[in-house]
Amino acid sequence: MKPDELFSTALVHLLVQYPYLTDFLDSFALSVADSNVTIAELFSDITADQLDNIGLTHEQLCQSLLDYVAGMGALNQGFDKVERLSVIGGFDKDGVAENCEIELIPGQITCIVGATGSGKSRLLADIEWVAQGDTPTGRHILINGQVPDAKWRFSIEHKLVAQLSQNMNFVMDLTVAEFVRMHAESRFVPDVDDKIGQIIAQANDLAGEVFSVDTPITSLSGGQSRALMIADTAILSKSPIVLIDEIENAGIDRKKALALLVQEEKIVLMATHDPILALMGQRRLVIKNGGIAKIITTSTVERSNLVQLEVLDRQLMALRQRIRSGETLEQL
Amino acid sequence: MQLVTVSGPPSSGKTAVILQAIAALQKQELKIGVIKFDCLLSDDDKLYAKRGIPVRKGLSGALCPDHYFVSNIEACVEWGLHQKLDMLISESAGLCNRCSPHIKEVAAVCVIDNLSGIGTPKKIGPMLKGADIVVITKGDIVSQAEREVFASRVRQVNPQAVILNVNGITGQGAFELSTLLTDAAQVATLKGAALRFSMPAALCSYCLGETRIGEEHQVGNVRKIDLERGQCQPHCSKSAQGVEVSE
Repeated sequence: MKPDELFSTALVHLLVQYPYLTDFLDSFALSVADSNVTIAELFSDITADQLDNIGLTHEQLCQSLLDYVAGMGALNQGFDKVERLSVIGGFDKDGVAENCEIELIPGQITCIVGATGSGKSRLLADIEWVAQGDTPTGRHILINGQVPDAKWRFSIEHKLVAQLSQNMNFVMDLTVAEFVRMHAESRFVPDVDDKIGQIIAQANDLAGEVFSVDTPITSLSGGQSRALMIADTAILSKSPIVLIDEIENAGIDRKKALALLVQEEKIVLMATHDPILALMGQRRLVIKNGGIAKIITTSTVERSNLVQLEVLDRQLMALRQRIRSGETLEQL
Repeated sequence: MQLVTVSGPPSSGKTAVILQAIAALQKQELKIGVIKFDCLLSDDDKLYAKRGIPVRKGLSGALCPDHYFVSNIEACVEWGLHQKLDMLISESAGLCNRCSPHIKEVAAVCVIDNLSGIGTPKKIGPMLKGADIVVITKGDIVSQAEREVFASRVRQVNPQAVILNVNGITGQGAFELSTLLTDAAQVATLKGAALRFSMPAALCSYCLGETRIGEEHQVGNVRKIDLERGQCQPHCSKSAQGVEVSE
């Protein structure tokens, strides 16, 4: 719709095509008494005092509306699906070339290992910023083999990387259902109720301890919170890449959690030093002195060792369960 | 010299974000200076000085900090030019949500944090709605979903801005911010420049030191809550206005 058309169409018709205009009007506290008015009429009725409360001039408000509609239009067009993301090596902190090219593919798990401060965050930041040799590492990022459009850098709706870490908490004063609904609505997902059901079922499956839709998100246990964050990110977040930062044994089934992300076609990057998690990945990027020093592909021997590690892990889990239920560990 | 105005609610992380961005800018051999505006007390100037960043501090005291800012920024620009800075960053706290420190044709940044609540973006006036760049901080401690919802609420009230997540502690996102700041316009003087939006107004007896409460002591630009209607919505403010001062 052309700008003058947008301003001269009755709201009742506009809202059919642009339902999200309600959010825009609401965020400026503009109430619509008669939906037969046009935006032009609605805006011209705004008094000087009201504009002052809005904090924009009449022209700025009109421009905001146009930009908002244009931005939302671009959102509906969708972005190209990320089928392949390539990281072309740059340099470490001493200027030594990385000499590598890494392909990240949906459904694949890549672990990132290295000491604190070694440059793990910088690698992620390079991906998120779709670096084109213009970051301190000089790396290049390609999407589907092409130099990507700059819109990836600034789009709020299409961020490349979603992050999940041990330090993250829920801070909103909402119940689980309200929270997931709010997230779904902000993403303009069509079948909201269906998604809420799906996410809560998945989260409960990951967490073990069942929570209801009416539980306030701030009173979920550590494991439940993590499970809800993972299920929500897997199903609702549009970001094709998920970074998991040190998810420890916090009462969630990590194997199932990774399987869910893989099943939802995410590119999974995992910063971890946990042996079981590290071997679940197809490979490990070793970061040293700001650069990718080594790429280790998980070998068949390692994979068979994983089975053994899992046996040990289950034994430890069983001991944990015994402690929880008040037993003693005098007999192992 | 390039000029950037940075503002944002108290404790949103302005100083941390600026320090991280400066660290990235200094790698390009740029000379950056800071003017720190605050109200009663601030030690942030020491944080800048400790890193060898030329800094001046202005405390507004009993005056509206926004008005204090606009009456001083021109001289601050002259100071920056005299110091031969490549870029001057002004930092001012938006102590009321109605602050309006952004200047036409001068790069305007607003810093706002994820912990402030998703209702916050629409409560903040010209400081956020008129900014060119909105920096969202404290993303490392809230969930992915809350970050996404918060950012989309920011975009609702300021669709034209570039919205960036910056971590003031680790510096994640600061390099990216610094590349945007290097695009800031050059400023030779602020003579003849204008604010993007008018500042909060106040011209009443209390501005002049009145302390007594009561109708008979209120003179000037006074506004009243419409208690009959429950709350003072923007659309009822006209009828609820007290004594008006002719403009």
